Amino acid sequence: MTIEVRNLVKKFGSFAALDGVDLKVDNGELLALLGPSGSGKTTLLRIIAGLDWPDAGEVSFNGEDALAQGARERHVGFVFQHYALFRHMTVFENVAFGLRVQPRAVRKDEAAIRARVKELLDLVQLDWLADRYPSQLSGGQRQRIALARALAIEPRILLLDEPFGALDAKVRKELRKWLRSLHHEINVTSIFVTHDQEEALEVANRVVVMDKGRIEQIGSPDDVYETPATAFVHGFIGESIELPIHVDGGVIRLGERPLQLAAEGLAPGASRLFVRRHDMLVGPPGTGAFEGAVQHVRNFGPVQRAEVALAGGETIEIDAPRDKELRAGDTIGLNPRRYRIFAG
Amino acid sequence: MTMQIADTVSLSASDAKARAEARAHAAAARDNLRTEPRAVRIAIITLAIMFLTVFVVLPLVVVFAQAFSRGVLAYLAALAEPEAMAAIKLTLIVAAISVGLNLVFGLVAAWAIAKFEFKGKTFLITLIDLPFSVSPVISGLVFVLLFGAQGYFGSWLRDHDIQILFAVPGIALATTFVTFPFVARALIPLMQEQGTQEEEAAISLGASGLQTFFRVTLPNIKWGVLYGVLLCNARAMGEFGAVSVVSGHIRGETNTMPLLVEILYNEYQFVAAFAIASLLAMLALITLIAKTVLERHLDEGEDASDH
Repeated sequence: MTIEVRNLVKKFGSFAALDGVDLKVDNGELLALLGPSGSGKTTLLRIIAGLDWPDAGEVSFNGEDALAQGARERHVGFVFQHYALFRHMTVFENVAFGLRVQPRAVRKDEAAIRARVKELLDLVQLDWLADRYPSQLSGGQRQRIALARALAIEPRILLLDEPFGALDAKVRKELRKWLRSLHHEINVTSIFVTHDQEEALEVANRVVVMDKGRIEQIGSPDDVYETPATAFVHGFIGESIELPIHVDGGVIRLGERPLQLAAEGLAPGASRLFVRRHDMLVGPPGTGAFEGAVQHVRNFGPVQRAEVALAGGETIEIDAPRDKELRAGDTIGLNPRRYRIFAG
Repeated sequence: MTMQIADTVSLSASDAKARAEARAHAAAARDNLRTEPRAVRIAIITLAIMFLTVFVVLPLVVVFAQAFSRGVLAYLAALAEPEAMAAIKLTLIVAAISVGLNLVFGLVAAWAIAKFEFKGKTFLITLIDLPFSVSPVISGLVFVLLFGAQGYFGSWLRDHDIQILFAVPGIALATTFVTFPFVARALIPLMQEQGTQEEEAAISLGASGLQTFFRVTLPNIKWGVLYGVLLCNARAMGEFGAVSVVSGHIRGETNTMPLLVEILYNEYQFVAAFAIASLLAMLALITLIAKTVLERHLDEGEDASDH
């Protein structure tokens, strides 16, 4: 199933949750909508599911107008952030719900429903919990039951709202891997919403980065990390150093200090320079584009993180290999291996 | 495909034990917080018990003592009087009608208020509370103004030979009006707290509106519904003011139990008056017990959703 969204606008009062969104999702994709809270990602998901309606724009499934149908007819599996399991039903009845409410003409008989529920509970590896109630399950178990329930109706599309948001870190990591392999197995076009970049980069085939109701960039996890299209994406994904710079007469300046960086093709005026922390290479004083004094150093697993006060007035954090000798008080030169400059 | 996920089973025996221990611990901590001197504690407790005795226990005892003052036979004979039987029957009929109507109205109103956003919602909530803030006598008078012989619909009703005032319909209408808030008030906070996610889940799984209501919404609020019905029923059977205005006090026809109590009392038939009153008092006691049981269920429901 392909999904196409054209020029979607949704306002809540004067706040534009979606401000002209265009998106195409290919058949069988596992797509992540990534953005901070308030970026409109959940609103977009809910509109695709039919749980919300846009003020303007189009949504189509396989070229058919989806907005002509209600949530009931769209055949979309939706996994809610807090699971929304039916609290008065057992796990078994929760999963069976979608099969039991089908019109009589197409409804499966009891034996077929039982077999299908069993199959789904096996798929999520929780068949031993069939007689429990949702309140008796852990967060990770509820999450998987919610997924099994959504899959029961053989959805054309699977939508997940912050699927791992309410889980603790360890369970979250395990479920991520599990979701990816599950998607590989059932191969349903899937979209999930997350504010966690690691989650998006690790699980999805493609990542849609959103901010303030607009799409900032669409690309593979590598694309959005390696070649961020906008300052927002660079700042939001991966840990970045952001420096306010000024371009004039072919020279880039940090404060008053000219930087030995190529300025070709840059528009004159105020700009922002972005560097990944680990792309700032440490050298002897006088050898790099930047110069600074080390404030203090902490070890962070494979790297050491140093706070450096730059000549020109900014203080930044860099990640250097552990074997590099760095001590508080040292004056060092810094050279960005890779960097990007965005106007404004 | 390899799927290995560590499952943490939430409700094991050791868990329950740990919880019981934690509870005992909390109780002990609470005991340590009692800092008032012994004398003050005893004084306060005595005062509370005296207050309860004078204002709650004593009146109840007096009602039953008076009812049985000439023996069980006189008590039973008083209840078996045709007038008494008619009052009991009328009260049951009126309560059934008004509880039935308010169950439907209350469910619909709470559903609309808790699950949807619309203009004038606050106004609607205020409107639902109106019967609580208006004196019941005024509520009764409103119906006299509407349906009485000189009222707005009076002549039309007379022409079509429809009797509302001084008959069962009038009494049922007044009672329904006065007890309107109970079911809605019990359900609105409950439904608001539960939110709309389960309903959204049901619809996205292909359920129709009615299926969603009967399979998801109603089971989630069933204890709240019972709670509202219970309070509504207690008030419907005990209502005096509004009913007194619209009833007309036709003996054996339009007297409900509370009205009959007053009439019998004014005629110095104390045994009969208190016999009927004892029934109303028993209704109150049963209501209280049922209310306690229901509140426990409601709390458990909330606990379950907290996990």
